[in-house]
Amino acid sequence: MVVDGIGVSVRRKEDLRFLSGRGNYVDDINRPGQVYAHFLRSDQPHGKINSINMAEAAKMPGVIAIFTGEDFSQVGGIPCGWQIHSKDGSPMVEPRHPVLAHGKVRHVGDPIALVVAATKQQAKDAAEAIVLDIESLPAVASLGAALAPGAPLVHDEAAGNICFDWQIGDAAAVAAGFAKAHKIVKLDLVNNRLIANAMEPRAAIGEYDVSSGEYTLYTTSQNPHVIRLLMGAFVLQIPEHKLRVVAPDVGGGFGSKIFHYAEEAALTWAAARVKRPIKWTADRSEAFVTDAHGRDHVSVAELALDADGKFLALKVKTQANMGAYLSTFAPSVPTYLSATLLAGVYATPAIHAEVTAVFTNTVPVDAYRGAGRPEATFLLERIVDLAARELNMDRVEIRRKNFIPKDAFPYQTPIALQYDSGDYDATFDAALAASDYAGFEARRKQSAAKGKLRGIGISTYVEACGIAPSAVAGALGARAGLYEVANIRVHPTGSVTVFTGAHSHGQGHETTFAQLVSEQLGVPHDQVDIVHGDTSKIPFGMGTYGSRSLAVGGSAMVKAMDKIITKGKKIAAHLLEADVHDIEFKDGKFSVVGTDRAKAFAEIALTAYVPHNYPIEELEPGLEETAFYDPKNFTYPGGCHIAEVEIDPDTGVVSLLRFTAVDDIGRVINPMIVEGQVQGGIAQGIGQALLEHAIYDKSGQLLSGSMMDYTMPRADNIPNILVGTETTLCTHNPLGSKGVGEVGAIGSPPAVINAVVDALRDFNVSHIDMPATADKIWAIIEANRPKMAAE
Amino acid sequence: MYDFEYSKPSTLADAVNALVSDGDAKALAGGMTFIPVLKQRLNKPSAIVDLSGLDLSGIKLEADKLVIGAMTPHGTVAMSPDVKKSIPALADLAGNIGDRQVRYRGTIGGSLANNDPSACYPSAVLALGATIKTDQREISAEDFFQGMFTTSLNPGELITEVHFPIAERAAYMKFANPASRYAMVGVFVAKTKSGVRVAVTGAGQNGVFRHKEFEDALNKSFTAAALDGIKTSADILNGDIHGSAEYRAHLIGVMAKRAVTAASA
Repeated sequence: MVVDGIGVSVRRKEDLRFLSGRGNYVDDINRPGQVYAHFLRSDQPHGKINSINMAEAAKMPGVIAIFTGEDFSQVGGIPCGWQIHSKDGSPMVEPRHPVLAHGKVRHVGDPIALVVAATKQQAKDAAEAIVLDIESLPAVASLGAALAPGAPLVHDEAAGNICFDWQIGDAAAVAAGFAKAHKIVKLDLVNNRLIANAMEPRAAIGEYDVSSGEYTLYTTSQNPHVIRLLMGAFVLQIPEHKLRVVAPDVGGGFGSKIFHYAEEAALTWAAARVKRPIKWTADRSEAFVTDAHGRDHVSVAELALDADGKFLALKVKTQANMGAYLSTFAPSVPTYLSATLLAGVYATPAIHAEVTAVFTNTVPVDAYRGAGRPEATFLLERIVDLAARELNMDRVEIRRKNFIPKDAFPYQTPIALQYDSGDYDATFDAALAASDYAGFEARRKQSAAKGKLRGIGISTYVEACGIAPSAVAGALGARAGLYEVANIRVHPTGSVTVFTGAHSHGQGHETTFAQLVSEQLGVPHDQVDIVHGDTSKIPFGMGTYGSRSLAVGGSAMVKAMDKIITKGKKIAAHLLEADVHDIEFKDGKFSVVGTDRAKAFAEIALTAYVPHNYPIEELEPGLEETAFYDPKNFTYPGGCHIAEVEIDPDTGVVSLLRFTAVDDIGRVINPMIVEGQVQGGIAQGIGQALLEHAIYDKSGQLLSGSMMDYTMPRADNIPNILVGTETTLCTHNPLGSKGVGEVGAIGSPPAVINAVVDALRDFNVSHIDMPATADKIWAIIEANRPKMAAE
Repeated sequence: MYDFEYSKPSTLADAVNALVSDGDAKALAGGMTFIPVLKQRLNKPSAIVDLSGLDLSGIKLEADKLVIGAMTPHGTVAMSPDVKKSIPALADLAGNIGDRQVRYRGTIGGSLANNDPSACYPSAVLALGATIKTDQREISAEDFFQGMFTTSLNPGELITEVHFPIAERAAYMKFANPASRYAMVGVFVAKTKSGVRVAVTGAGQNGVFRHKEFEDALNKSFTAAALDGIKTSADILNGDIHGSAEYRAHLIGVMAKRAVTAASA
């Protein structure tokens, strides 16, 4: 049998069931006696609920119960999992987030009533018969509107609609840097609001067992234990041993399925009231106004440089939209997950960042693939390009001149993070070569001959993931630990089951985690089973997001396997009548060093469970170990992305012709999966750069409320992506892996926009905000045409 | 969806009767627009009359015209040798509607009866000067389109065939809305027996319209250059998050030129 270990492109075990329609998603699950839920949601952005008349609705066929905010006024609100403090030391304003809207509705989509009926149809029919008296209130939909003097308040307790006003870095050092600068470059930029649109919409089933008193929640989550903790402890006050959360197959998350959502708490609570399992599946329109949105920052950045183009200091002020309520991780995204990345790959000595978090009458905003790092990277790579332009320097040279050199690691940045390893020249050179950067000028002329404008753009980035060292996270405001757990159970015949706190919703863990076991224990890949997603089966883990599963979850597995091997050696020593220090474990065998006397892993396993010839006085039977791994630091993948675009000046359409990515993600476990992760992240980055935008009008209505108006990238928007890797190992985890899930979405948007700005070099354009849509590009070309004619 | 009665009559008379006798009954052609509308509960018909049992699908090439049955799916038009031989622009248009799944079910009759201002077919019918044959009469293209989602069809009146005169030259150029891939601007140019006709869909506030200035210029010289300098007024055009009215006005000129170039090839 083949041992498929680290570095092998093992085909995914998951694919057979996913590609043949045999996945087990929440909507596929049907519980005996189940009934159905429909949520009546606000179609107004801001209003005072005067009355909810359910009289007619309650009488309709099939209706079992109708619940409103009044019913939930005695339970906890949906909690926020990260607390940020403002500059003056005061904690962030944390308004209550009721399970169902109470007193006021604060965004289009805010749930007002939960209707439970025998069928979905009947629940919908009854919801339509509920009569609402909601007095419309003025709404604020944008950062600008919310921060304007005298703006209507989303929450009475948040003066000026401000949640917090935070800072990081050294303002004095930055001021000194600016004072001696030869050049100061300033840039206003927007990071556009996005909607994750995972292929599977959210769904949940709440269930209560009257005989055991146990609650079960089936939910489309990236982290079932986190949901159990937040919902059980903070919302419904259900003790943990009475609450089971199951996240089965989940069809993509990209961050949007991390958070504890109101529907989960509402259904779990209601199931105990009606004593039937209650099932809810969102439709896509509902997802648009209830899944957390992403990004939505407005920033002003200033970079001070000396006469040679070396960066002296960077100053950034950001306004971040929180939406109407604080979602689980929201306050951390623009602060500790973003501002701390403002050194990027550069040795900038002084950095200061300020972040003002703002409430608006929009859907709550929280982490979305990259979570804060795309925002930081976009800002940095745009201002670096702008600096090159204003100093008349080459865009490649200005970057290289400011890179953190490879012998400078571990490198302490001026904004908290310490990078462990990296070689930015290596990924840079590889990407420049692979993209044929040198040959661009000739291609540009060819495009020009056909009347098209061609541009090339570079992005060099580093990011921080592998979330996170618990004590550090706690000191920065996290309300949970961020370790990961692995329970490795070796079966008597030598096969292995791994119980992991990580969750797979597209990442392929069933395949890659099994590769780790094949590598370290020599167990064939098809004899390794990975179990995740059910809190009753796995020890307490923190789930999958922030590119942490391999770096933290995989490391936990390595530690647990180390313990397995340690115990195995003792058993082998006994069987082989040798000293334990003379036993080595290699290629799946325990052997006496310098001899050919050995025992296979499977034999040791069997012996552990049938301990007849066994050191029973010193060693318990069995072969099962658990390890909790708390990372020592974040991990720091980095790399270089290069995009090449061609613009049709007649229509403004931007065609992406080429995309090259060279990423350093530390040790590669499965190259095929790495390529898929990078390509997927880049597709979403291209979506952000050229196509996607969640747009609210001034009154708070979501104009891009469906696929008809929210432009998702399709296959014909994406060129063949060249993916390469360079490797510097993570120095502080046993795998040496840094994580790859988000790098694609982090590195790509600035590469694309830098290319677009480059293509428009003759049109007096210094910056374009995302998405660079055709109408926007055409308007720029039109506005600068007279200038062209004059020249 | 709301509940409704479903029937699938096998004669035209039965279908018309079902629609006329119940004011809240609706006809179902391919369903590519109507089924999503029903799923989103934007319509509450008492009954749905499925037209797929009426044998109204088919393509006939006659001496001077192409006759397409109302229930002919877009994919069939796109792949038809008769259409490709006689009016290839029509095959191109049909082949770029929606996606493959939509093209297996969506029909020309359904598209025309709905008159979505972003639909492609209205521009072909208006530019080619087609005649719409119903169970009651024949309606000229000029008289058929009455504004967005509005036609001159009487309640219960069903389109049975569309008759396309064969043009000397024709082409269709569509600038797709990046999200919906409907026509943000679609221009159908045809050199017909009675002169050049240019019909624009997607952009107008009132649905498909003919572009008189372009027609006059192209009648003098059927070249893309003939359209240089002719500005389209933005006043009657749509503006939305995907583009301003000015942008659409500009695109009309670009697509028209590209259509003329393609038609001349």
